[in-house]
Amino acid sequence: MLLDWRPTCAIELMRLRAQMLSEIRQFFAERSVLEVETPLLSHSIGTDPQLAFFTTEYCLSPLRQTLFLQTSPEFAMKRLLAAGSGSIYQIGKAFRNGESGRFHNPEFTMLEWYRVGFTLPQLMDEIAELIAGLFSGQPLQETQRVSYQEIFGSFTGLDPLVFSYQDYCAFAEDSGLSEAVAICGHDHAVWLDFIFSHKVQPHLGDNALCLVYGYPACQSSLARINEQCSLITDRVELFINGIELGNGYYELVDADEQSKRFDKELVIRQQQKLAVSVKDKRLVSALESGLPECSGVAIGLDRLLMLLSGSESIEDVLSFPIHRA
Amino acid sequence: MASYSTNEFKAGLKVMLDNDPCAIIENEFVKPGKGQAFNRVKIRNLKTGRVIERTFKSGESLEGADVVDVEMQYLYNDGQFRHFMVPDTFEQYQTDEKIVGEAGKWLKDQDTCTVTLWNDAPLAISPPNFVDLAITETDPGVRGDTSGGGGKPATLETGAVVRVPLFVQIGEVIKVDTRTGEYVSRVKE
Repeated sequence: MLLDWRPTCAIELMRLRAQMLSEIRQFFAERSVLEVETPLLSHSIGTDPQLAFFTTEYCLSPLRQTLFLQTSPEFAMKRLLAAGSGSIYQIGKAFRNGESGRFHNPEFTMLEWYRVGFTLPQLMDEIAELIAGLFSGQPLQETQRVSYQEIFGSFTGLDPLVFSYQDYCAFAEDSGLSEAVAICGHDHAVWLDFIFSHKVQPHLGDNALCLVYGYPACQSSLARINEQCSLITDRVELFINGIELGNGYYELVDADEQSKRFDKELVIRQQQKLAVSVKDKRLVSALESGLPECSGVAIGLDRLLMLLSGSESIEDVLSFPIHRA
Repeated sequence: MASYSTNEFKAGLKVMLDNDPCAIIENEFVKPGKGQAFNRVKIRNLKTGRVIERTFKSGESLEGADVVDVEMQYLYNDGQFRHFMVPDTFEQYQTDEKIVGEAGKWLKDQDTCTVTLWNDAPLAISPPNFVDLAITETDPGVRGDTSGGGGKPATLETGAVVRVPLFVQIGEVIKVDTRTGEYVSRVKE
């Protein structure tokens, strides 16, 4: 008899999860944001070289097709937006291959929502309201809003928008992180990931929601480049107690630009010998037909539940993490 | 030796880092949602005992280290080397004081201890958590004082000095916790 048939989370955590989900649904119902469902299985997948995906085989004899398990519902939800859905949200599973650890499970629950006509600052206000409501039983300190450049500079003395190889190397040596030099090389984005995750992120949001906005353009992903400053992008990240909770954008609506970014990432995937991704042409078509101006954000609900319950590991809030699934 | 990927770094795994044998203590997967994945690893250098933190790009790998812990009997000290023997095979190993280190002051002939071998050569010696040793020197105490308050230094047969209660006398055998170097109790012969 196997001894690990039991869930890794306490029964109490299942109740807390159910309560969290019901409060989230209530929050969006009050704001007339429509709950939607989009497929987990898809013919195409994100091209982001940093996201590894799962593939599976669809067999409908004689048809055999490779399908992808979605890494986020973003593309499908944007197609709904382009079709005129209005503001929407979704609570569902997302899959990321190779991610496992104290804060990661390859299958996890994501809340993603889009607000038509919202700018990024407006979306940040709504994020803060949602989080404050969920934490009403254990109130957080006042929400902090800080630009990436400011917070990065205050902990490191470095400018994240302008890459100075010498300065970055010197900082790494002085901070006991000399291995960064070999790991990051001349790749600005990797340097930012390294320094931010080691020296900045752990300090963000001490019992408070910290919203970091204005990410460097080299980390733009699916966000729009800022109108005033082309070095930054209209992207926001959420942190509480040093834990990354989510990521939001003032969404890119330019089909050409989106298509170019996909192609660029496909080349990088090829150079790095990563699994072959299939560009979502339906998304590009949806953008061509017209995506309304909108802002959107995705929040990892398992991590949020960790924070709500004071859990040390994602396993403490999941029924069956990957090794017991 | 096999090599191990960051995904296989579990507490206790022995690997080679900067040409020294090391043991993994902790391994944390760090990945920004939209960024590069790293593993932040706490690791003990088994030669120096020092604990360091080191970050790896996820998927990097390290060569395994041929490090094993073997229970051995401590035989004797010839003045230059200490000699140990594996009871089952009678295989003998010798080490100098640098490797024996602090453990040396708790080693009594014939006692069992743990010898850590790296490529079949001793790397470190760990005494048992508790050892029974006779007192060879201490001030005469006050008989009848069993309060244990105060205390006095006592030299043991291995040369170690520990604080003992006033009532403990020369020739008596005491139990000592080698992790703290503290007196535990008298041992009835």
